[in-house]
Amino acid sequence: MSATAHSVVQPSTGAKLAASVVVVLYALVALVPLVWIGLTSIKTPQDSIAYPPKVVPFVDFTPSIEGFCSLFTTRSRQTPEYIASLPPPQGACEEVARSRSMVVVGSSNYVPRFVNSLIIAFGSTALSIVLGTATAYAFSRFRVPLKDDLLFFILSTRMMPPIAVAIPIFLMYRELGLSDTRLGMILLYTSVNVSLAVWLLKGFIDEIPREYEEAAMIDGYTRLQAFRMVVLPQATTGIVATAIFCLIFSWNEYAFAVLLTSGAAQTAPPFIPIIIGEGGQDWPAVAAGTALFLLPILVFTVLLRKHLLRGITFGAVRK
Amino acid sequence: MNQAPLIPGFVTRAAAATPAGIASRMRGLSDSAIAWLFITPTMLLLLAINLFPLLWTIQLSFTNYRANRPNAPVRGVGLDHYEAILTDPDIWLRMQATAHFVFWTILLQTVIGFALAYLIDRKFRGHGFWTTLILIPMMLSPAVVGNFWTFLYQPQIGLFNYVVAFFSGIEPSSFQMLGDVDLSPWAIIIVDTWMWTPYVMLICLAGLRSIPDYIYEAAEVDRASNWRQFVSITLPMCLPFIMLAVLFRGIENFKMFDLVNLLTAGGPGSTTEFASITLKRAAFEAWRTGYSSAFAVIMFVMIFGLANIYVKALNQVKAR
Repeated sequence: MSATAHSVVQPSTGAKLAASVVVVLYALVALVPLVWIGLTSIKTPQDSIAYPPKVVPFVDFTPSIEGFCSLFTTRSRQTPEYIASLPPPQGACEEVARSRSMVVVGSSNYVPRFVNSLIIAFGSTALSIVLGTATAYAFSRFRVPLKDDLLFFILSTRMMPPIAVAIPIFLMYRELGLSDTRLGMILLYTSVNVSLAVWLLKGFIDEIPREYEEAAMIDGYTRLQAFRMVVLPQATTGIVATAIFCLIFSWNEYAFAVLLTSGAAQTAPPFIPIIIGEGGQDWPAVAAGTALFLLPILVFTVLLRKHLLRGITFGAVRK
Repeated sequence: MNQAPLIPGFVTRAAAATPAGIASRMRGLSDSAIAWLFITPTMLLLLAINLFPLLWTIQLSFTNYRANRPNAPVRGVGLDHYEAILTDPDIWLRMQATAHFVFWTILLQTVIGFALAYLIDRKFRGHGFWTTLILIPMMLSPAVVGNFWTFLYQPQIGLFNYVVAFFSGIEPSSFQMLGDVDLSPWAIIIVDTWMWTPYVMLICLAGLRSIPDYIYEAAEVDRASNWRQFVSITLPMCLPFIMLAVLFRGIENFKMFDLVNLLTAGGPGSTTEFASITLKRAAFEAWRTGYSSAFAVIMFVMIFGLANIYVKALNQVKAR
């Protein structure tokens, strides 16, 4: 039931104005760290640590691609004589490196780590959705023995602190050869995500009337065909919402990643903090890596906000 | 029921309601086969990656096993690790630090989150847009954003110190959020509140939207003041939702690892060494696998207690 324009509970114009001022102020303050990530990524190292801080591009500081170059390349320091002896620089990053008495010697590990994040996040999301949809459908439609206990067990796996399960998983993965492999991380993130997927999707599938499938089966479809042709299309919105949640979790996960991966399967969250330049953290490079890493989720959030709201409230508020 | 179940307890409502003539036309897998087929892979995965490790942890907690010396002889030590942990005054200090963090983050997030939800519920122009902007921090990677906050907290060059100095007149290099024993817990509390207030806000917003208008209309007829309406309608009707948010944030922050590991890694000294950091140090730095397994079991029991309360509260909310 929503308030109509004539409702006595409609807030006054003054109340709305006051509310909007406070909310907008909060939003603007909350977004400062994110804006600062963006600004830092286009500064030179000197500008990034300037005091007082440089805020407005083109006015306070000249934007630079140095942060992105430092993120994507590895460089080595050379003598001015050696650099002078080289042919003219090829490409913008080589030029930046030369201006700092360095030459580009190769590409950094950022792209492989980012690709690992992509493969692991999408792989575990796909697997969670397949397993979660099937399990949710079975729990929604069939009388399963110990249904409530199984559903509680599934939910309770989400309550376990990652650090606590990490010890035996570390030992088990070492035995099975799954340490530092993408497959190992996909299975691990799937096991964390599937609990949420089952609970969310069960809610969505419960809302699809059984009569649809029954009608399809009376028309001669088998139960599996009815599931595929009737239930799956009806559940698409719910599946998309659930997939976004799984994706956000596996994209952002850090504790398992830092303890169980070290190289081949390392994702970006443990990698970005260890981007070190000469003399400590290279903040423009860290900011560039952070900004690129946050971008997909930022786009998702804005595009799919309506689905997100429903998923976050997790069925608890379904009336 | 005109059709006997294939396996007791596995008959579906659809099959039960289907006349025998139509049931005979059903082809393919039986419902019970589908139920097994659909549930088993998920359960196997959860058993392999959750239950099996849990049982292994419990077993390791009674031994002196060290994961960095897999070939060393393993000896059972009984309840020694549990006794050592539960009587260790340092562990209780770690638990106090964790409790301090959980208490303040919940208090701040609930107050600010509820206030924001209450204001957004006034439905001013553009409230949907601003709500989406407020949600962004909670969608991002705590580790990646937390790492960037260490830059914002730099005493000489960081934006945080600059802004505080600008408004308070304190010399910006005179305080170190991450290096001061009194300030460092607050450095983490601030970042956690920044990230997760939107979450509490959303749950509170859902609660506010669940209150039917007619209750307020009745209160208007009775000429109840706004404050009176807030105290006797809004707050009690929203309470189950606030409790839900508190419990969920409580569980999450009790096991908090990503933000604190990147912001302070437990320092300075051990002032921000929350339970999960102690556990990580014991397990993956000191390699005291048996001891850290016992600590993990103790954390499990505490979390499981909280999880039970959470599910009970969830059921209470649903029962209303």
